[in-house]
Amino acid sequence: MGVSVAEEWLHSCSGCEIAILNIGESLIDILGLIDFVHIPVLMDHKYYGQLGDGKDLEIPEAVVGIVSGSVANEEHLEVLEVMRKQCKVLIALGTCATHGGLPALMNSSGLGEGIRDTYSTSTTEDCQVPTDIVPKPLDRVYALDEKVKIDIILPGCPPNPKLIAEVITALVEGRDPVLPGKSVCDTCPTKREGKGDVKEVRRFLQNAKFDSDKPISDMRCLLEQGLMCMGPVTAAGCARRGTPSCISARVPCRGCFGPVLKDGNQMLDMMNALASNGIDFKSVVDRRSLLRFSGAHGLLRPLPARKVTEE
Amino acid sequence: MGKVINIQPVTRIEGHAKIAIHLDDDGNVSDAFLHIMSLRGFEKFIEGRSAEEVPRIVNRICGICPWMHHLSSNKAVDECFGVTPTPTGHKLRELCQTMAHINDKILHFFFLAAPDFVLGPDSDFAVRNVIGIVKEAPELATQVVKMRQLGQMMLERFAGKAIHPIAGVVGGFAKPMDEEERKGLLEDTRTLLDFALFAMDFAKTNVFSKYEETIASLGTITTGFLGTVDDTGALQLYDGHLRLMKADGSMTEFPVNQYDQYLSEHVESWTYGKLPYAKCWDEGFSMDLDNPKGIYRANTLARINVSDGIGTPHAHGEFEEFREKFGRPAQGTLLYHWARLIELIYSCERTIELLEQDDITDTNIRAKVEPKAGRGIGHVEAPRGTLIHDYTTDENGLIVKANMIVGTTHNIAPMNMSVKQAATTLIKDGIYDEGLLNKVEMAVRAYDP
Repeated sequence: MGVSVAEEWLHSCSGCEIAILNIGESLIDILGLIDFVHIPVLMDHKYYGQLGDGKDLEIPEAVVGIVSGSVANEEHLEVLEVMRKQCKVLIALGTCATHGGLPALMNSSGLGEGIRDTYSTSTTEDCQVPTDIVPKPLDRVYALDEKVKIDIILPGCPPNPKLIAEVITALVEGRDPVLPGKSVCDTCPTKREGKGDVKEVRRFLQNAKFDSDKPISDMRCLLEQGLMCMGPVTAAGCARRGTPSCISARVPCRGCFGPVLKDGNQMLDMMNALASNGIDFKSVVDRRSLLRFSGAHGLLRPLPARKVTEE
Repeated sequence: MGKVINIQPVTRIEGHAKIAIHLDDDGNVSDAFLHIMSLRGFEKFIEGRSAEEVPRIVNRICGICPWMHHLSSNKAVDECFGVTPTPTGHKLRELCQTMAHINDKILHFFFLAAPDFVLGPDSDFAVRNVIGIVKEAPELATQVVKMRQLGQMMLERFAGKAIHPIAGVVGGFAKPMDEEERKGLLEDTRTLLDFALFAMDFAKTNVFSKYEETIASLGTITTGFLGTVDDTGALQLYDGHLRLMKADGSMTEFPVNQYDQYLSEHVESWTYGKLPYAKCWDEGFSMDLDNPKGIYRANTLARINVSDGIGTPHAHGEFEEFREKFGRPAQGTLLYHWARLIELIYSCERTIELLEQDDITDTNIRAKVEPKAGRGIGHVEAPRGTLIHDYTTDENGLIVKANMIVGTTHNIAPMNMSVKQAATTLIKDGIYDEGLLNKVEMAVRAYDP
């Protein structure tokens, strides 16, 4: 018997589950060490019994629980609470689970209003919001640790398969997993030449300057090239072959591993980073989208209604 | 008072759904539903974003087919800003799209669907999964894991990320391909083509021939079909115009920028999934099994049905055999799997064709871009069906309005019908067991939702 593992996905896209599969050939070795008792993407265990006649939502007990996705409706919350109850160690997998992820952008308008608008697009008929049988939305999108105690956080959009394998292996071996604690910049091989004459950051409308015959280490830091890049304020972990993923495609970082420190604020931290380098932070278009991966924990909220000035 | 059987969650699919089968007092099916249980609202929260950022936001709609959203979105933003990608930029995008189709089809057929066929629909749920296949057929499983991984790593090596890609950009692509990358990808794709041909043989010998009756009957309904073709009527995944076929085989064609004149989205109170239908047929919307109205299907079987042929040799050979055997349009729901394996072969062949073109390594990969006000409608054929992104931008190039019709959505009404058809046929006088309920789910899995 291996170590029992239960996996669930909540407000999510399945990218985290594909990242688990992307562990690749060593996944087969890992499968020798663990026993999945519940994982809806791969396995047919049902909440209400295999004949669908149970009354309570049931997930088997497991040593390790893995949950991807954020919490946005009543069913997500119920599943998360059952997972917490049934699992000894609970892992929040992926940036939706750890910091809200992209769906928490909805917190800018509030979940109720956002869902209402989704049912009034140009090709949608009737304009009614479904309310029968389907789970009721919460007021906003939450990270998992806002609702239950979480033991290990493993961010990333998607998370790095190597780090997933490391966490699972460490738990099987009964040791603490080794996870990176640096920023994307700390792991980036591009050339930094120190403060330049960049006064404003540009949108990514033209490609970065680089010599395609030369390695990434010969390309100048994208921020120093004047491109908005969130490497300074984003947790490391995405690098595969020695280079952060987006940088390896010659594309600037947008922060998908969340803040370097768990409680950091990527928007404020980035504004500070720009200001301290003499760059005008007002040149950033759509500043709230700097929180596009980490809008839970109350960081993204509906803008207060503008006061009507009396004439 | 009858009862309700809740199959929850529907498993080995991408997403959150439950099946509810309603039985009457005699234990026969009075109704059945597929409820889509979650909604994230991307159309809403991309409002206010810079349009050029959106292709790297909407990729998070789906972790299995992020490339499809990424590229469809890039095409929409190109049009908003009035820019045409450079020829090589265009080719690199199509290349990534066909590579992404390869992984997706291996994943669906072998990891998600195959357990029902290789281990049997009635086998114990605890082993009826890919882990069970690892134990039952370790050689096949190792090969499958290797091949899917090879496909994912090709994308990751060349484009930085396989899941949630960033390398497609408005105006083209962010990095060129060098000769060494081209050679490596060609070699790997040839390996994958061999595997694709093996997969088709394997399925014909070990799956399709053993389940002929199930394939002909399970979840089978009568509908129209939607897909993309080129000017010769050949199947296309990246570019082309839409072809909408009625159940009687008659067809209408239209450019994607007229989609809202042909398609509409119905809403029901019991599912978060919208239910698109063909409003151009002027018959309204009904999921009545005997007399459906406005219902068409998308995804692999639909594309094979609307196409007159396929532009690559092996895939076209399989296409002809399929048409000869099942006619046009083929309506058997489980034939989605067969059509999926034909597209797996096409995706490998098309990837090789693109890699063999001289200008694929050209360094002129991105056209000059200026943000501006406009409307852009981009589409690709995603593994799960026609994927449409429709954006409107303001003068700063920020999104003011968005509408999307996502691949799986086209099939929500048909999946409901297939569930009802399967449940009604299988459950009689209150007699059912686990294997039988799994068969109802198999009707859903065929659509790869």
